[in-house]
Amino acid sequence: MPNNLEAKLPVLNRLGLHARAAAKIAALASRFQADIVLEKDGAQADARSILDILGLGCPQGTEIRLRAEGPEAFQAVAAISDLFFQYFGEHS
Amino acid sequence: MTPLVAREVWPQNKVLKGIPASPGIIIGPAYVIGDKNKVHISQTYLATFDQVTLEIERFRDAVMHTRQEITTIKNSITDEFQEHAYILDTHLLILQDKLLYDETIRLIQQEKINAEWALQQAVKKAQALFNKIADPYIKSRILDVEDVSERVLRHLTGGNPFNLGNLSDPVIVVTHDLSPVDTTQMSVDKVQGFITETGGKTSHTAIMAQSLEIPAIVALEKATQEIDTGYTLILDGLNGTVVINPDPKMLDIYLQRKKKFEDFKYDVGKSSFLPAITLDEHQTQVLANIEFQEEVDLALDYGADGIGLYRTEFLYLRQQQLPTEEELFEDYQTVAKMMSPNRVTIRTLDIGGDKFASHLEYAPGINPAMGLRAIRFCLKEQTIFRTQLRAILRASVFGQVRLMFPLISGIQEVTAAKRILEDIKAELRREGHDFNQDIPVGLMIEVPSAVMLADLLAKEADFFSIGTNDLIQYALAIDRGNKYVAHMYQPLHPAVLRMIKQVVDAGHAAGITVAVCGEMAGDPLYTPVLLGLGVDELSMNALAIPVVKRIVRHASMEEAQDFARQALQHGTVNEVNAYVNGVMAKRFPEVFMFGRELASAA
Repeated sequence: MPNNLEAKLPVLNRLGLHARAAAKIAALASRFQADIVLEKDGAQADARSILDILGLGCPQGTEIRLRAEGPEAFQAVAAISDLFFQYFGEHS
Repeated sequence: MTPLVAREVWPQNKVLKGIPASPGIIIGPAYVIGDKNKVHISQTYLATFDQVTLEIERFRDAVMHTRQEITTIKNSITDEFQEHAYILDTHLLILQDKLLYDETIRLIQQEKINAEWALQQAVKKAQALFNKIADPYIKSRILDVEDVSERVLRHLTGGNPFNLGNLSDPVIVVTHDLSPVDTTQMSVDKVQGFITETGGKTSHTAIMAQSLEIPAIVALEKATQEIDTGYTLILDGLNGTVVINPDPKMLDIYLQRKKKFEDFKYDVGKSSFLPAITLDEHQTQVLANIEFQEEVDLALDYGADGIGLYRTEFLYLRQQQLPTEEELFEDYQTVAKMMSPNRVTIRTLDIGGDKFASHLEYAPGINPAMGLRAIRFCLKEQTIFRTQLRAILRASVFGQVRLMFPLISGIQEVTAAKRILEDIKAELRREGHDFNQDIPVGLMIEVPSAVMLADLLAKEADFFSIGTNDLIQYALAIDRGNKYVAHMYQPLHPAVLRMIKQVVDAGHAAGITVAVCGEMAGDPLYTPVLLGLGVDELSMNALAIPVVKRIVRHASMEEAQDFARQALQHGTVNEVNAYVNGVMAKRFPEVFMFGRELASAA
């Protein structure tokens, strides 16, 4: 299993990476043994920090890059990607 | 929820002046009683590695309490609002977010600053980060960050409804006035110092702070307006200076001063257990004035040769009802035992005047110092007086107890008081109580008429004790609370010196000892004069004992007598002051550095 992964993810949900979505990412990211980073236009955010994610300022339609490094990088990228594609559980 | 507003302008290095009321220098956060529970933040520099560690611990504690608080709220949310519970989950995440949590700890460690300030800096960084966000919805989430950090701040500053009993961290209490009730309900280990807007050197705050050995400043006008909770203060209880939010340079100056003072204090303290004997082997007694049983430890620690004045009002003021004979007996017995074999001079109730107790239902007069108080009050309220005399007599077999009547103005009061005392003795004998049949009975000489009658009064007494505070006030007609004349309250006034001499001479002629138990006795500046005038015993605030003993041990009786003779030659108070100051500055220079402040008497 590769321990260094990268994925491009579109922000599909209506509200973008607001508090609730960011909270879900941060909570999920904390469970994996991996350093997980979200990138937007060269700016980076620690996926475990809700404030960092909010600080990226990602409204609907933003494309971000998810990078993970560590023993559980694969699981982390898979799980976090799911969140994005399921609209963070928002009923839209 | 109001967002946390960073205070852009806060005073730095601002100096305020009050009256020093208890010696020592302390640096710490202010806790203002009387403000509207505002959370203000200031910067404090942490001097040591230990302080940094403790500060981090304090921050972690506050975060833990905030987490519990949020979780409690979350768990109490009813089903219909469950939709909103996620906000609290978000808050829990923010609470442990590295931008807030890790960053605050990093700032405490690297910048060596207090948690409140560090947290505020971390919040500012988050604000800057959020400011750049274009999306208004996401941008507005900074409110959650502010909400969470305000919760943490409240835990850090103890910003719950104020109660001196539940302070969680050591603070300098800043308030308009402290009542004895406030102080009895206070967790004293959490108070590092006091600043009050009212009061004087002899106010309750001063006495309390001295007995607790914490620095205090009184009569600092507008203190509660100038100082906000959370400000860092330097409190210099030696000269009455407060510095608000000192910069590192100022902090350093005061840390050095603190060290010098503590070294001096240590040095003086070393001789406090040696006897108070002059160089030419004249023995004198240096005793302590106390107000509470708890102060006996302090008196013993400072090397008191006994208790020269036990003020007994506290038990009467502490509670709504009058104390019972048993309560009084227990108290006096404990003090007598603790001091044994040294003696304890118990002064009967000096209530009335400024210490008026509401349950006794007398309206205070316009001039309470000259009103119904002390022995006059006791002769009128004989039930109260008799109860106290019974308790004192019963305690007399547990140590060396002496009895003293306050505010004697003539022979009749002595006769009346002694008649009651004999009556009580007969009563106790009938009841089979043990007591010292020959308990020494002393008179306080503090009314000018008593000075004039000293030769007659001496025949009625086993000892005299001159209460200089009242004596000076009555002799010079000076109300110390009146700022227009307070400066005229002068212990070295030629009339005062002559009065002391007259009382000493009358006492010695009748073969009784003469003590001085006012503030004057505890001011090392006056020690040689009083010795020279022939005063046998000096009773003072315990803090003053080491300095006064040091002077006694470094002076000779011969030089003190010469000194007093010279002082008596001068006709004006300015001349006497100049003379005494001049001689003392040469003879005991250290007294002028810190000695008087260290002894700062009550």
